[in-house]
Amino acid sequence: MSLVLVQDLHKDYQTAAGAITVLKQVNFTMDAGDFVAIMGPSGSGKSTFMNILGCLDKPTSGQYMLDGHHVAELDGNALARIRNQTIGFVFQGFNLLSRTTLLDNVALPLVYAGVSRDERQSRAKALLEKVGLGQYIYSLPNQISGGQQQRVAIARALVNRPRLILADEPTGNLDSVTSEEIMTLFSELNTEGISIVLVTHESDIAAHASRQIRFLDGRIVHDERSQSSLNVTQIEEVS
Amino acid sequence: MFSAMLGEAWRAMGANRLRTFLTMLGMMIGVGSVVLMMAVGQGAQASVKQSINAMGSNLFIVLSGSFTASGARSGSGSSSSLNVNDANAISELDGVSNVAPISMGNAQVVYGNNNWSTSIIGTTPSYLDIRVWDLEDGYVFSESDIRSATRVALVGKTVVENIFGDVNPIGKTIRIKQNPFMVLGVLKGKGQSLDGRDQDDTIIMPLTTAQRKILGNQFSGSVRQIMVQANTPELMPMVEQNINGLLNQRHNIREGSDSDFFVRNLTAVANSAAETTRTMSLLLGAIASVSLLVGGIGIMNIMLVSVTERTREIGIRMAIGARERDILLQFLLEAIVISIIGCLIGLFIGITGAMLVNKITQATVVISGESVMIAFAVAASVGIFFGFYPARKAARMNPIEALRFQ
Repeated sequence: MSLVLVQDLHKDYQTAAGAITVLKQVNFTMDAGDFVAIMGPSGSGKSTFMNILGCLDKPTSGQYMLDGHHVAELDGNALARIRNQTIGFVFQGFNLLSRTTLLDNVALPLVYAGVSRDERQSRAKALLEKVGLGQYIYSLPNQISGGQQQRVAIARALVNRPRLILADEPTGNLDSVTSEEIMTLFSELNTEGISIVLVTHESDIAAHASRQIRFLDGRIVHDERSQSSLNVTQIEEVS
Repeated sequence: MFSAMLGEAWRAMGANRLRTFLTMLGMMIGVGSVVLMMAVGQGAQASVKQSINAMGSNLFIVLSGSFTASGARSGSGSSSSLNVNDANAISELDGVSNVAPISMGNAQVVYGNNNWSTSIIGTTPSYLDIRVWDLEDGYVFSESDIRSATRVALVGKTVVENIFGDVNPIGKTIRIKQNPFMVLGVLKGKGQSLDGRDQDDTIIMPLTTAQRKILGNQFSGSVRQIMVQANTPELMPMVEQNINGLLNQRHNIREGSDSDFFVRNLTAVANSAAETTRTMSLLLGAIASVSLLVGGIGIMNIMLVSVTERTREIGIRMAIGARERDILLQFLLEAIVISIIGCLIGLFIGITGAMLVNKITQATVVISGESVMIAFAVAASVGIFFGFYPARKAARMNPIEALRFQ
């Protein structure tokens, strides 16, 4: 069974100037363990598509099945539960809580999952160690670099053991060296079996994924599988 | 989960300490003034109640009427229309528990080198029963003292202080208008009356003694007033009517002409005083509640600002799995924590203020557990009430727009 199954998806927005169609007839399937990069110019509908995949937004028409659930039939609490336990978000702007320690930032999704304090702390700590920030657990986000902040955000996305990570331009605010580090981390997670959907403008970032999709004017115009392992070796040779 | 949210509320409050303090200040002033006003109001009520109890309950006072000499009418109590036999007749009426005829005046009292002018009350022992007035020491004169007009006296605390000092007055001889009196007993302190008179500045003696030796009445047996106590408050109207009927009959006053006496209901006067203070304390409480309301609006104001400022944070929380009610609870909890802490500090301020008022003005203040609990409950509900709208606004945000918020 596919992890993500999208059929004939449409999304309209009502504006003062009338209805604007952002997504038209989008069909998309993704198996568990896939690593998909979504590319396309600004306004092509890829962000809206990501929001719908992330259960933050609802399509105007069409079907979206995530992990066997018809998302359209779920109420607000069930959607929150999916965002909490099935999906992990990574944003361009990191989106950490600024007055909160890295440990508590990472542990936050577990609060909403109703996990006990001790377990929250130990799981968050383990993940921060995994992304190489074990010595900063009591620091605040503004005390570490952008690349480190994005690692914290990834740890937070992972803390509830999601099946799918949605990353919206995760390297957009980072320099190229740090970007590579973050992408390597994503590749590692993918080999551990976590499915990833990544939105990016840059083709060398997209090259880390095993499948590249291109959006244009609300449609998927290009869908191609590549040998991701090959790409990774090529880039390692370059750097 | 609840404790984690409480921790977050605490952290959010700590993030902008000045603002949190100013928000709390509204609550503090509100609760503080409610507690203070209630303490002062209830104190006033308590002291009125105490005065009423000190006066005695279910009381009438029958005053002799005025007399007219050369066209000038003197005031009530000036004629000598009431006498001891009237008092005895009243005591036979149904529903009357105690009757005390009273003659009074002022006289100079001497003991050793000290002298003092005080009020003299000539009456019967039942006067002390009606006034619920006990002795601190010694014993009360008897009916036989009244029959034989013995020169004995009960002295009030103020008199004791002024002429005896530290000497034990019991058994000592004092001189009142040149007559030697033996002090039989010392009256317990009764404090001020409703009109502010010092009730302890007095000497009580047998009615006959006062009339013959001190006050010098024109007609033997006439009294200035008769105090009547009814058995129960419900019987008072009937008793009043019966006294009027009885005295009109005894004084041969025909229907339609003026009586030569007045019957006053003292309890009604006292009740109106109690009513006044109750109204006053209600008014004080109402004014103080307005400041509590203003404090609540302050909380709502700040919470709305806080929700707007933290829009992005709300978006992040929603994206990682917070349900609407998690967000609602978070902001509601923050408002409640602010109001409860503000309330606790306000309670402290109010109680301290009430104690200061008591210290400075000597006014009675009453801090009841009830008023503290009411203030606390009101503060908590103000927090919930005024915190709810901002919290709901936060909970209903669209996560995508919230995440896009800069």
